[in-house]
Amino acid sequence: MTPKATILTTDEIRRALTRIAHEIVERNRGAENLALIGIHTRGIPLAARLAAKLGELEGVEVPTGRLDITLYRDDLTEIARQPIIRETQVPFDLARRRVVLVDDVLYTGRTVRAALDALIDLGRPEGIQLAVLVDRGHRELPIRADYVGKNLPTARTEVVKVRLTETDGVDLVELHDVETLR
Amino acid sequence: MTATPRPRHLLDFQGWTPERLTALLDNADTMAQVLDRPVRKVPALQGLTVCTAFFENSTRTRISFELAARRMSADVVSFAAGASSLSKGESLRDTVEVLTAYKVDAYVVRHGVAGAAHLVARYSGKPVINAGDGRRAHPTQALLDAYTVRQEFGTLEGKTVAIVGDVRHSRVARSNAELLPKLGAKVVLCGPATLLPADLAALPGVTLTTDPQEAVRGAHAVMALRLQQERMDAGYLASLAEYADTYQVNERLMREAESGAIALHPGPMNRDLEISSDTADGPRSRIVRQVENGQAVRMSVLYHLLVGRE
Repeated sequence: MTPKATILTTDEIRRALTRIAHEIVERNRGAENLALIGIHTRGIPLAARLAAKLGELEGVEVPTGRLDITLYRDDLTEIARQPIIRETQVPFDLARRRVVLVDDVLYTGRTVRAALDALIDLGRPEGIQLAVLVDRGHRELPIRADYVGKNLPTARTEVVKVRLTETDGVDLVELHDVETLR
Repeated sequence: MTATPRPRHLLDFQGWTPERLTALLDNADTMAQVLDRPVRKVPALQGLTVCTAFFENSTRTRISFELAARRMSADVVSFAAGASSLSKGESLRDTVEVLTAYKVDAYVVRHGVAGAAHLVARYSGKPVINAGDGRRAHPTQALLDAYTVRQEFGTLEGKTVAIVGDVRHSRVARSNAELLPKLGAKVVLCGPATLLPADLAALPGVTLTTDPQEAVRGAHAVMALRLQQERMDAGYLASLAEYADTYQVNERLMREAESGAIALHPGPMNRDLEISSDTADGPRSRIVRQVENGQAVRMSVLYHLLVGRE
């Protein structure tokens, strides 16, 4: 399981998130009426970290939610042998809020498409933006991120592995070959 | 998660591990959340067709399944035996083969004969959910009963469910007796000796008694079973009045149960026969909740059987 390359170190992840937080504030002229919704699994801690940074920058508490998109996927045959649905929790009204969807890796765009459908079923936000830690390319749908921690050209035979302290005990983004992970 | 292959059908609980059953109930929580949203629909089963094939009368189970399938964006085709070519002599096998030729992806089957759902599974080659076959099994009713008890107490582990009434003719009782012990609960089956088949005592985690007070003592949930009055001619009971006097689930009997015990009934009810109106409508009753939970549980069952299948 030796990675081909380390893409982001702990410090680089922290800096990338700090930059994204600044960009969110700049683009939205503050953090009023914002909400951050993380996509399971690693989008959730990333959303929490961004919310904390927005709080430091603007002195406001930005509400966070969590979204499971399993029921909205269009690639159901790829679901594991035991399909587990995790909790969706959006404990605030989406109306008149600008929502920033947060995920770790943007790849084909299918997860984000499913998340958009799921979010719109929960309410009618004023607008939806997308923040990702890594954009690895290979889009299959016309979807782009508004905030990107790291643009990373990859081959389809490669895997971007994001590890976060909250879920994996360490902050690190690595590039692997599919073969080495089998 | 268990490494055993995902079951293809839900005919009974054979092949369903406790881990898988727990996951199914966990996912029902999510489905219940979906039913509480402004948009009570998800696209998980879009493009699939579910056939509800009911060879026996049913209102709540059929509607519950049809709504569950539609909430998951499946197309639903309903088949009622009385209005079908079966009445012209077509066999069950021919009917299923015709439906399969129409590209049906899954069947929900209710039939008066035990094992009919197994036959549909064999003839169709598609996932089949047993919605009740004869006296044998009614797995989704047991699942929603289990879900209702778990919702009340947070767990089934160490809980006792007393099931009182016409056990002999009850597929609900049999399915609960099979399911609940798998999830850590104890089951006490209770009824008059003529309506209490001794062979059920062989099931793990199941005890039998003809004494309703003994059955209910220490129970966390008390389920009344419908007295199938059409069986009365067979001489199982001396009189309905005597039966009600001894076996009716009422406030007097509920006082023997745990202080927070709940009352259940799979429906339809014979009010003031197997269950008193004051218990059925009282604060301990979770009968309406059972009906509500049926939809979420059936959504979860459809999801588990149909999602991710080639």
